[in-house]
Amino acid sequence: MSTRGKISGNTPNPFASRRGLNQFNNRLFTLLVWVVGICTVLFICGLLFLILQKGLPKLEWSFLSGLPSEIEEGGGIGPTLFNSIYVLVISLVISIPLGMAAGIYLAEFAPDNKFIAFVRICVEGLASVPSIIFGLFGIAIFVEAFQIGLTILGGAVSLAFLNLPVLTRVTEEAIRAVPIEMKNASFALGGTHLQTILRVLIPVSLNSIITGICLVAGRAFGESAVIILTAGVTTSGEMWDFSLFSPGETLAVHLWYVQSEAIVPDATEIAEKAAAVLVFVVLLINVIFRVPLWLNARKTRV
Amino acid sequence: MLEAPSSSVINNGVELGSSLKSGSGKAFDRKKRLSLYNKTFKVICIASAVFVCLILFTILFFMGRTGILTFDTVSPLTFFFSSEWAPENDQYGAFIFIFGTFALTFLTMLISVPLSVIIAVFLAEITPSWLKTMLRPVMDLLVGIPSVVYGFLGMTILIPMLRDLTGTSMGDGLLAAAIVLTIMVLPTISRITDDAIVAVPKKYRDASYALGATRFQTIVKVVLPAAKSGIMYAVILGMGRAIGETMAVVMVIGNTPQIADELFKPTSVLTSNIVMQISNVPFDSSWNYALYMMGFLLLVISLLMIVLVRLVQRKGVKS
Repeated sequence: MSTRGKISGNTPNPFASRRGLNQFNNRLFTLLVWVVGICTVLFICGLLFLILQKGLPKLEWSFLSGLPSEIEEGGGIGPTLFNSIYVLVISLVISIPLGMAAGIYLAEFAPDNKFIAFVRICVEGLASVPSIIFGLFGIAIFVEAFQIGLTILGGAVSLAFLNLPVLTRVTEEAIRAVPIEMKNASFALGGTHLQTILRVLIPVSLNSIITGICLVAGRAFGESAVIILTAGVTTSGEMWDFSLFSPGETLAVHLWYVQSEAIVPDATEIAEKAAAVLVFVVLLINVIFRVPLWLNARKTRV
Repeated sequence: MLEAPSSSVINNGVELGSSLKSGSGKAFDRKKRLSLYNKTFKVICIASAVFVCLILFTILFFMGRTGILTFDTVSPLTFFFSSEWAPENDQYGAFIFIFGTFALTFLTMLISVPLSVIIAVFLAEITPSWLKTMLRPVMDLLVGIPSVVYGFLGMTILIPMLRDLTGTSMGDGLLAAAIVLTIMVLPTISRITDDAIVAVPKKYRDASYALGATRFQTIVKVVLPAAKSGIMYAVILGMGRAIGETMAVVMVIGNTPQIADELFKPTSVLTSNIVMQISNVPFDSSWNYALYMMGFLLLVISLLMIVLVRLVQRKGVKS
């Protein structure tokens, strides 16, 4: 746009100057994009590296398995780490079957009408509901209606509600992405709809579904707002407490609690280590599940 | 001689018939069984889908019902437009938090949208492919980093840094929260924008280059306008995430109920106020109802966003 003024001048070759300016703009733009892109990515990765580098070298087994302390130094994160995994597993056990079944319905059985379009908007809407709303909902149900207080069960179920819509959408999209020829081939061999779904559609789309589950698991592992409201900021103080009705502070909540509320003298160090463990586990969940799938995808492609 | 074969034929016929019958019987059983499985499976699937929808409506109902009780003691006008939040003295004006949420979201978008579009252009158009295959999974991993970790980083690194840079005594406030949120939503927005840019047909670019346009002109005047609806979608999603984010904001915003008219002034937003106060109040109090009303407000805002996304997508399909 700014070049328009220049060509109207009386230069002998109006295009020469314009071309030069365009080239200059182009170079400037490329440079800008490179600099901003590289800087931002490096900056964010640097932050993560900083977390891992600050916390991981100081990790000891006694920290990972030790009990947290309220007043003295040297508290561990054992019960919170256990609760994190326990809550995550329970929430996935609830949400994976439900979410997948709902996704399969939307992809395979659902008629194409206004009502189903409305259901899809509902699922999408639920996926965008802020996590704290699920926390408030959990309080209203478990603390108020059922009167069981802040428990692992409440936290896990609320977390499952948070995961459900995402799993539904991931499953639906994965199953829709399966080529129609595969489905037709299965029907041509006399497979029923159920057989087709279980033996053709799900195995073929498993890759995307597991990627989606990883995403959800990572999110659930690091989720804190829901847990603070529904499972509380304390643990039962024992290491292997499988009771569903004990308070269930998770690692992410502990990180917040130690950093902002607790009065232990070594709060910053505990927070640094807890943050490192948190990031490490989330990365691990993603890498462990994705690497075999990635290798598998490469193998089947060749 | 004749009888023997005929009898054997008859016998065969009988055997054949009976075997056919039993065969068909079995097949029928199997068919019945399979169709039963099919039907059961379908019913389970329908029930799950209904359940997912039901959750949304139960949440809307619970939040709305509890929230509406606020207006027994506080007039809606006071709740939405008064900036006096002192629950101890029965003053429930949520204007500070509503304003804070909008200001924070606006500021976050102001920083993050240009940055993420540049990063998306970088990922989709400029980088060599080896860097692309390396960077895309990294961005995907970044989406999954827990928000509380970002909050922790903001609290321990960003706020001291801001204090040193600006010389203010308090680093926490809108700007710190906006920076933390930017880092959080950046991977989300740029990855979706990246996908939208990749989805622009190659012929558009070819046509632009054939007309003698440089890469800059092609990207700014052809590719980005063509990917407009995808970019809008990404921005709205990022906005939804910024509005609903709780823990990262709680840790850097200062949590003081005062209006956010400066960048470095401890303030509070809807989410942070809910999470800081909800555990200390009895369920049957106006204070609690006011917090639920604020949650309901968040819920309505986030659902409106989805309607907006739908409209943008429909427009994108049409054009």
